[in-house]
Amino acid sequence: MQMREPVADSRQPAAYDLPDATGHFGPYGGTFVAETLQAALAELREAYEACRKDPAFQAELAYELEHYVGRPSPVYHARRLSDELGGAQIYLKREDLNHTGAHKVNNTMGQALVARRMGKPRVIAETGAGQHGVATATVAARYGMECVVYMGTEDIARQAQNVYRMKLLGATVVPVSSGSRTLKDALNEAMRDWVTNVANTFYIIGTVAGPHPYPMMVRDFNSVVGKECLVQMPALAGRQPDYVLACVGGGSNAMGIFHPYIPHEGVKLIGVEAGGLGIATGRHAATLSAGSPGVLHGNRTYLMQDADGQILETHSISAGLDYPGVGPEHAWLKDSGRACYVSITDDEALAAFHTLCRTEGIIPALESSHAVAHAMKMAPSLPKDRILLVNLSGRGDKDMHTVAKASGITF
Amino acid sequence: MSRIAATFERLRGERRAALVPFVTAGDPSPAHTLGIIRSLVANGADVIELGVPFSDPMADGPTIQRASERALRAGTGLALILDTVRQYRREDDRTPIVLMGYANPVEHMGVAAFAARAKEAGVDGVLIVDYPPEESAAWVQALAGAGIDPIFLLSPTSSEARIDLVSRMAKGYIYYVSLKGVTGAANIDTADVERMLARIRASTSVPVGVGFGIREPETARAIARFADAVVIGSRIVEEIERAEPDRAAAQAGATLAAFRAGVDAAARDKAAA
Repeated sequence: MQMREPVADSRQPAAYDLPDATGHFGPYGGTFVAETLQAALAELREAYEACRKDPAFQAELAYELEHYVGRPSPVYHARRLSDELGGAQIYLKREDLNHTGAHKVNNTMGQALVARRMGKPRVIAETGAGQHGVATATVAARYGMECVVYMGTEDIARQAQNVYRMKLLGATVVPVSSGSRTLKDALNEAMRDWVTNVANTFYIIGTVAGPHPYPMMVRDFNSVVGKECLVQMPALAGRQPDYVLACVGGGSNAMGIFHPYIPHEGVKLIGVEAGGLGIATGRHAATLSAGSPGVLHGNRTYLMQDADGQILETHSISAGLDYPGVGPEHAWLKDSGRACYVSITDDEALAAFHTLCRTEGIIPALESSHAVAHAMKMAPSLPKDRILLVNLSGRGDKDMHTVAKASGITF
Repeated sequence: MSRIAATFERLRGERRAALVPFVTAGDPSPAHTLGIIRSLVANGADVIELGVPFSDPMADGPTIQRASERALRAGTGLALILDTVRQYRREDDRTPIVLMGYANPVEHMGVAAFAARAKEAGVDGVLIVDYPPEESAAWVQALAGAGIDPIFLLSPTSSEARIDLVSRMAKGYIYYVSLKGVTGAANIDTADVERMLARIRASTSVPVGVGFGIREPETARAIARFADAVVIGSRIVEEIERAEPDRAAAQAGATLAAFRAGVDAAARDKAAA
């Protein structure tokens, strides 16, 4: 019989209260934007603080998350997958079952309610794969707000279906043809729109990056994911997991499931970045694994950059992970050792995608497949009573085209 | 006395606003930058603002972004720009040179290393658009150690508290962004700008320059009646973009000359008033 290590939830939760009042997570985060945006950020900080403390706001958000988004999402014990791997037990947090098919709507719903409180009739967003754009267009339609989504022309070509979905939902999709024509350029353009139209416009950022208070606010809205797990895991598995895994691009789904677990020091947190064609090739988006600290998009964090401090173009088969920065709280969790970050290649993610389809009847998003892939790597060498909780952050319907193409199939 | 302070003192004597053209270093290529600076100074520039290109120029409009992309494609980097300044200093020890750009290239070099190298090259001031005063303690200290002026922005939306904060930290001059938006946007409301400048002057004796949205010599003339400096950016960069590369310097100079006439006219307006 194997020796049991101390169970994960045997330790007392430790205090964790970052960011500080000025939006810093250790040396990371902050408000690195031009003077022209400072007043808008101050207004947002104030409005968000008021919402955070307002029971009526929290009640309205809870109601919408239950009745419109479909929360709580279940935790599911992936027994066939676990048995096939022959080691640790894999549990999946089913964010793929949310309305719009991913965790993104937790955040856009929250921010849309803040926008309403602030009396802003127009919302804007940036999008890469189109998931955040769709989630923003969805809540804008729900509340009758004007919605403009910025999207790189490169991404528009790759994600034609999501562009159409946004248009069906009444949004205007503005093509961005500057720079690398991808997510980071769409973000630049959305910032420009905001600085110009700040009086009537709310900028719904889609990940835990950007200037304070965005990393905190987006994390807070997504942390409903981890809070549910804290309750669901003991009910389903009898205890908290040993490991929590999530994919990391900007890092919003990972922060959402990690954050409530940070004080539970026995629970190991593992972020899984996009290794693309392999770290050694340079064609990847594994910012924390291979990047270095710098300043981009309003915060100090790890970045993919060249020898002159210019931001590099990234590569991943999963558009949602294809970003040269990462949320500042992840940078802090890495440096402090509270979380660790690994990478999974395109090929490994694709293999995990197919395995989950086959063993569990669940088609995961390519982003989430990175986290599944790392769980599959870990499970065989761990004892059978260990628990891996994977945030299955989205469903893979949007990825049919990419996966088929990788298998040499054209529709 | 620093070159920037000496320049503003001299111009106070002439009762004229400083004319400050902005160009992106390395646009259209690093080989052209020295010629463009010479042409701008020959055509009436009092201070040169040299943009350090960045891959993600969030606060700039399409004109400056395209200039950054051209410069980066042509191989421009921070070290090369400092070399250009050093070269220019051999022939002109009077005209202040201010670098303007984004935080990441500077942080990547290291703030202390950058300050030392910039000083050695002959840089007089630096404006990092995404270093607001509250994130700038280490930055301002590094520049102060090298005797370089930290330039800060103020905007129409700046609160009273922020105006006071910038007033305490800024040296050289304060750059007032005259409209909400990005560089290169539409023309500005000069009456609004004049009101805000009066407010800023109430809390600082540092000269206040105005930029963003000054597209015509007539606008420059109106602004120069009350501002300490007039910054012309996108309008010059557009000329460089349109010109054959070897004509860029002459074209930029010719355009600036018209703005200089506007600034000179403002000095006469003030004298007549």
